[in-house]
Amino acid sequence: MEAGSTAVKSVGDVGGPTSPTGPRPDSADVRRSAWRRRLSRLDTVVSPYVFVSPFFLLFLLVGMFPLGYTAWVSVHQWGLLSGQGEFSGLDNYRRVLEDRYFWNALRNTFSIFLLSSIPQVLIALGLAGLLDTQLRFRGFWRMSVLLPFVVAPAAVALIFGNVFGDRYGLVNEILQGIGLEPIRWHVDTLASHVAIASMVNWRWTGYNALIFLAAMQAVPRDVYESAALDGAGRVRQFVSITVPMIRPTVIFVGITSTIGGLQIFAEPRLFDTAGLGGSDRQYQTLTMYLWELGWRVRDLGMASAVAWLLFLIIVTFAVLNLLASRRAGSLKGLGRKGAAR
Amino acid sequence: MTRRPGFLVYGLLTAFLLGSCAPLYWSFLVGSHSREVLTKRVPPLLPGGHFLDNAQRAIDAVPFWKAMGNSLLVSGTVATSVVFFSTLAGFAFAKLAFRGRTPLLVFVVATLAVPTQLGVIPLFIVMAKLGWVGSMWALIVPGMVTAFGVFFMRQYLVDAIPDELVEAARVDGCSLFRTFWSVAVPAARPAAGILWLFTFMATWTDFFWPLIVLPASNPTVQIALQQLQSGYYVDYSLVLAGATLATVPLLVLFVVTGRQMVAGIMQGAVKG
Repeated sequence: MEAGSTAVKSVGDVGGPTSPTGPRPDSADVRRSAWRRRLSRLDTVVSPYVFVSPFFLLFLLVGMFPLGYTAWVSVHQWGLLSGQGEFSGLDNYRRVLEDRYFWNALRNTFSIFLLSSIPQVLIALGLAGLLDTQLRFRGFWRMSVLLPFVVAPAAVALIFGNVFGDRYGLVNEILQGIGLEPIRWHVDTLASHVAIASMVNWRWTGYNALIFLAAMQAVPRDVYESAALDGAGRVRQFVSITVPMIRPTVIFVGITSTIGGLQIFAEPRLFDTAGLGGSDRQYQTLTMYLWELGWRVRDLGMASAVAWLLFLIIVTFAVLNLLASRRAGSLKGLGRKGAAR
Repeated sequence: MTRRPGFLVYGLLTAFLLGSCAPLYWSFLVGSHSREVLTKRVPPLLPGGHFLDNAQRAIDAVPFWKAMGNSLLVSGTVATSVVFFSTLAGFAFAKLAFRGRTPLLVFVVATLAVPTQLGVIPLFIVMAKLGWVGSMWALIVPGMVTAFGVFFMRQYLVDAIPDELVEAARVDGCSLFRTFWSVAVPAARPAAGILWLFTFMATWTDFFWPLIVLPASNPTVQIALQQLQSGYYVDYSLVLAGATLATVPLLVLFVVTGRQMVAGIMQGAVKG
């Protein structure tokens, strides 16, 4: 910032009126303009770096360094209060991998993730298809699907925790009302996963539908016309033209929701009062497990080992993401456009 | 080509809208009744008259107004900072020539996929060393500029500013910062607004990091909500009155700026 703002003062303030064609160049003026030229030179070379540096500095500080340092912490005994202890090699990893709650959390995370992402993408596609018509009050309908997105996950979790209550919950009241057995949403593993996934689905489906809608609108309309001429119905067109043509977007949404979905925390954390993922950790996710190890058990070493394992899992998906988007061509021409100074 | 939707389409969209509203309505419904009503077999369908009572109890149970103030301060500061630094960097990436521009930009995009949330442990250790645990600095500083923001502004500014305009400003002797201020900032306004909104929302709704660094006495709204439900017995009238109340600011924001949010998502203001 410093270099940038000084450059403004010295060049910007006097630069305008005294252009190279200014009147009466005496020696002081010449000296000053040489100085100015040098400053302007410096400005051209240095300022771009100054402009982009805040991001890189901050990323170094709160992104890169912490991830590297996590690895360091993970090979030490490290208490939340006692701080750094003995070097312990891969012992923390061994302890994590031998802990049945780690595998339990891994299973839960993937289960909740699958239950949320697959229905979410399918429903979002259908919803986008509905929105991709010549609706009256189009703006209203588009906004309406985004409504759940503005409710914070913490609030969603509290509301759904009540809706899926084992005793006076709305869903169970309805089930009993139509003569079915109530479901123990907070006790049964699969039921709790369904309840938590429904929070994620509720909040994100409309959001993803809008992304799909944007992609659908880029599909050339004459493709539909020729399909219609060939006698393909609305649904047929949707399944065999629209969806294949927006495949890159579907992949993109699928994988970004993976990165977010594997770190799910607020929804299961607030699904009950204790916040540990149920009496037998039946809905404890990996991020919750990490939090419990770090801030309940107060073992930052072991928690760091979990962070690294989760990091590796997510990076695997991120690489897939990059490959998919490379193939989809969305990175094509990056940085090649617009090269003025 | 005519793709006029029929009743089926409107019917399905209406059903979806009801599904979107239902949990919010339920939250308000529960929050507006006394506890006794809620233990009846058939839940009430119309709001009761106890919302203000319940909301007041929620406000008394946790440092509610302090939480609101904190959330506003943090989200507003972070959003403004992200917009400023992202526009600055996005302008440089879009319109300025410098060595290493392309690899640096690819790096920015690559970091989008890095789950920085997993660096919480060292970040916590650093914050503890700095003495920022428990203060809003711990929330503000790490969020001051994002890869997504930089990339988003870059994508927008590439097409929004004609190269000739930048050239002209340079010929007139404007410094690069001055060029940024008088050419890029006005052109960036629509995208900057969208970026501000989404950053504000994301910061406002964040839960994991604030839960780690903030004490119960100095929470954000999300952490205050969590406190409402602690304890063995959950008083849902109080909890959901609080949840409803905490949602109101974002609902207002949504009513005022929903159009821009929709436009933003459809333009690719997306970050899952």
